[in-house]
Amino acid sequence: MRHVLPLLLLAAPALAQEAERPVLRVLTYDSFVSEWGPGPAIEAAFEARCGCDLRWEAGGDGAALLARLALEGEGAADVVLGLDTNLVEAARATGLFAPHGIEAEFDLPVAWEDDMFLPFDWGWFALVGRAGGPTPRSFRELAASDATLLIQDPRSSTPGLGLVLWIEAAYGDEAPALWADLADNIVTVTPGWSEAYGLFLEGEADLVLSYSTSPAYHLLAEGDEGFVALPMEEGHYLQVEVAGMLAATPVPDLARDFLSFMLSEDFQGVIPTTNWMYPAVTPEAGLPEGFESMRPARTLLFSPEEAAARRDAAVAAWRAALSR
Amino acid sequence: MRPDWGPSRWPGRLAAGVVGVLALGPLVPLLLAGVGRGLGAADAAALRFTLWQAALSAGASCLLAIPLARALARRRFPGRGLLLTLLGAPFLLPAIVAVLALLALFGRGGLVNAGLAALGLGPFSIYGLHGVVLAHVFLNLPLAARLLLAGWAAIPAERFRLAATLGAPVGPLLEWPMLRRTLPGAFAAIFALCLTSFAVALILGGGPRATTVELAIYQAIRFEADFGGAAALALLQYAVGGAAALAAWRLGRGVSLGGGLGRPVERWDAEGLGARLVDALVIGGAVLFLLAPLGLAAWRGVWALGAMPEAVWGAAGRTLLVALGATGLAVTLAVALGLRGGALAQGAGALPLAASPLVLGTGLLLLVRPHVALADAALPVAALVDGLLATPFALRALAPALAEAEARHGRLAASLGLGGWRRLLLVTLPLARPALGFAAGLSAALSAGSLGAIALFAGEGQATLPLLMARLMGSYRMEAAAGVGLVTVALALGLFALFDLWGRRARA
Amino acid sequence: MLGLEGLVLRQGSFRLAADLVVPRGAAVAVMGPSGGGKSTLLAGIAGFLRPEAGHVLWDGRDLTPLPPGRRPVGVLFQDNNLFPHLDLVRNVALGLRPALRPGRAERAAAEAALERVGLGGLGARRPAELSGGQQGRAALARLLLQDRPLILMDEPFAALGPAQRAEMLDLTRAVLGTRGATLLLVTHDPAEARRGCELAILVAEGRAHEPAPVGGLIDDPPPALRAYLGRG
Repeated sequence: MRHVLPLLLLAAPALAQEAERPVLRVLTYDSFVSEWGPGPAIEAAFEARCGCDLRWEAGGDGAALLARLALEGEGAADVVLGLDTNLVEAARATGLFAPHGIEAEFDLPVAWEDDMFLPFDWGWFALVGRAGGPTPRSFRELAASDATLLIQDPRSSTPGLGLVLWIEAAYGDEAPALWADLADNIVTVTPGWSEAYGLFLEGEADLVLSYSTSPAYHLLAEGDEGFVALPMEEGHYLQVEVAGMLAATPVPDLARDFLSFMLSEDFQGVIPTTNWMYPAVTPEAGLPEGFESMRPARTLLFSPEEAAARRDAAVAAWRAALSR
Repeated sequence: MRPDWGPSRWPGRLAAGVVGVLALGPLVPLLLAGVGRGLGAADAAALRFTLWQAALSAGASCLLAIPLARALARRRFPGRGLLLTLLGAPFLLPAIVAVLALLALFGRGGLVNAGLAALGLGPFSIYGLHGVVLAHVFLNLPLAARLLLAGWAAIPAERFRLAATLGAPVGPLLEWPMLRRTLPGAFAAIFALCLTSFAVALILGGGPRATTVELAIYQAIRFEADFGGAAALALLQYAVGGAAALAAWRLGRGVSLGGGLGRPVERWDAEGLGARLVDALVIGGAVLFLLAPLGLAAWRGVWALGAMPEAVWGAAGRTLLVALGATGLAVTLAVALGLRGGALAQGAGALPLAASPLVLGTGLLLLVRPHVALADAALPVAALVDGLLATPFALRALAPALAEAEARHGRLAASLGLGGWRRLLLVTLPLARPALGFAAGLSAALSAGSLGAIALFAGEGQATLPLLMARLMGSYRMEAAAGVGLVTVALALGLFALFDLWGRRARA
Repeated sequence: MLGLEGLVLRQGSFRLAADLVVPRGAAVAVMGPSGGGKSTLLAGIAGFLRPEAGHVLWDGRDLTPLPPGRRPVGVLFQDNNLFPHLDLVRNVALGLRPALRPGRAERAAAEAALERVGLGGLGARRPAELSGGQQGRAALARLLLQDRPLILMDEPFAALGPAQRAEMLDLTRAVLGTRGATLLLVTHDPAEARRGCELAILVAEGRAHEPAPVGGLIDDPPPALRAYLGRG
């Protein structure tokens, strides 16, 4: 005890300082904050300029963020990062979010206007295959071929829902017929992205529903050029990932600072090779190799309201067509 | 009827209460949150498929388990003990590891199709109802075999001797009555387990035809934040699982699990060449079917060990903590329930079989949230849910041994004035030690291998091994995930083997 | 003095009535046909079976509400008289106090009791390492330490050969007799009854009869016992 006491006294001012640093709590999906995700670099960069303590709250995968918000209510966090366009309406309906008040220019394939949610990255859904394998140029061609495909369930996975909306946006009333034609190409439907992608890598199918940036991962992280994203004539559905601040945050200025920082070079620069998505604001150095290899002819996207309105009927049609 | 001098009844009542509160209590705040959706035609279809695949899976597992358990019961061969331990492995696998392991054998690029192609035969597709059943048999056949093996072990050796001297057929005289008592329990346990399986069913089912109720629960919680709807579906699962357990309980007596499996019974009726050949084929086939996919998965995992992230060691530590916490809870509840016996204990012991971990975890977190930060609650809640889910298995392992200890030495203990916890510590538990070790090993391994309730709520630096594996798979790192999968399985099996060995080393 | 007052015991459909007095210090054989209720009678006295009616009295004190461990009764069963996972010292020391671990003085007393029954130096052994006769002796050593005034024995030496059985019976009488303990011994063997006991209780046809001199009962048995003894 004699030795410990002076040490404690010495440490006390440092502890006090620690306690005075304001804390910013950011709720996000957990691959964002993993040691191989963008989280660590972003935390270091933001803390260097804010004089605050940035704490990540990981809440499962992207689809589970809404559940976490509903579970925790206004105390969930100061900022929520990682909701995608299809969940924005439901998130807005919680009434928990506040307007961000930030003006910015985005490098998105679509115009973005939303007073509550700011995009931080985006990507196109795409069918990924192997170089030398089947490469149908449209869903109709795929349906007519005997190429095999792995997809995700729209009821439990973000890309799965993305594909259903993709087909809905491209085919409208003909979507159920197209699904019926695709049924014999679909090997199986997995609950989440990782199971489908894992099965694809095991060689269980020629194609898998994923992102247009997936080949870039294999190229940059593994030096493997053997994967391709197929450009589809119908166009590609867009996924935009957004962040917003909670109205009840005790540190609104800090939360707004973080949202501004989110669109800066230090944040956006790490996104491509850690989150494997397109940055919402292209960094000065441009995009890494492989990100430009597939540019769709057309970008498809429902507005959040329209996506919310069409979702249930589209999923039901998908279900009915594939259940036959 | 239990005698007056038997163990006290209140711990059993308390344990049944704890199980009831843990299994049903979390539904209350969910239901209070309001039901966003009624049960529709899609849910009815999901329920039909769920029941159908669970019944087929349980039936196939039990049918195939009969020859396997019989062969294991009457043959001694080198490595029999090791085989019995390894046969527990599929049951303890994380679902996705099991699926990938099966695909290495039966998938489009698997060994079976390679063999068929070499013979000029068409490719075999594992996707469809048959694939779901195949996977569930892979996962649950060992459990069924172990339950039936315990039934065989419970037939006293003297009866076989008597049958041999009389020249009486062993089947109708001894084995069929035993199976009539043990099969319903085994069927119900596996049926309930297959009810809540959704990843396996969906991945191998080939499409939305293969939607189970559990998927609807996931959708309700994760995508729609419709907690009330999830709770209503969870109640539906309880009702179906509970009905199955009740039916099994009426049809046959409970089956023991564990204890007394070390020694095959000397048999005079099965010495013929034909019987030996059949048993050798059955055991060989089971080893191939159950262990070959595991071997293939392990082989891949070994090469991936170097690709694992640093986080694996912290995750292993947390997995161990959660597993030990879950084991403590499961064994404590099982001892209390096992000593009490009767319908209340049976019911409480069967209820968690049909529980949905996601619903339980969500409900528990809603309950503790006003008082504790979610990050602080994640690991304890995971241990609580895992412990509850393991309780039925711990109970099945322990109940017969506890009953036997009481039957043999209860009167002596009572006449010496040994009561309460002193009787438990000095007499009952030491006498039931082999079963205690088996129950603890099973609980620990189940917890270590399950994603359980933690997926939604683990904060930064709180991942367990199965969750770390899921996260790695979610970030393209399939190879690293295979390595973590191997570590997970090794930890689960290691825990099982340690506890089991501790139990078997009892001197008596 | 043991008194059974209007005692009625029921096990399933079986019913046993007893109304009798056993004088203090007596050694009493309990005899009768199989299934006649001998074990039921002992279970009722020991407290393993709650009576449907009546009382069990010891020196006028009502034992009926007491649990087995609180009665002035020591019991030897047909088997399972020792805990297989505990060594002899711990088994025997449990006669003194239902403790998790015996204290030093208790261990010494247990060793002395083992010495007394001829098992000196075997205290560290477990029951499985002993012969059947030695196991019986160890159980006797515990009864000795228990120091209960009423001893119930339910064919305790049934698994032993005739010579060993006689030896154990003599040892029992020698060890317990010096303390003035009362003994109820269930036995099938008339010779054993004659050798070890002065009185006998006939238990047959749902009734436990008053103790009678053992010689008279065996030499001139009532009809129920006559059939059982094979003297039709």
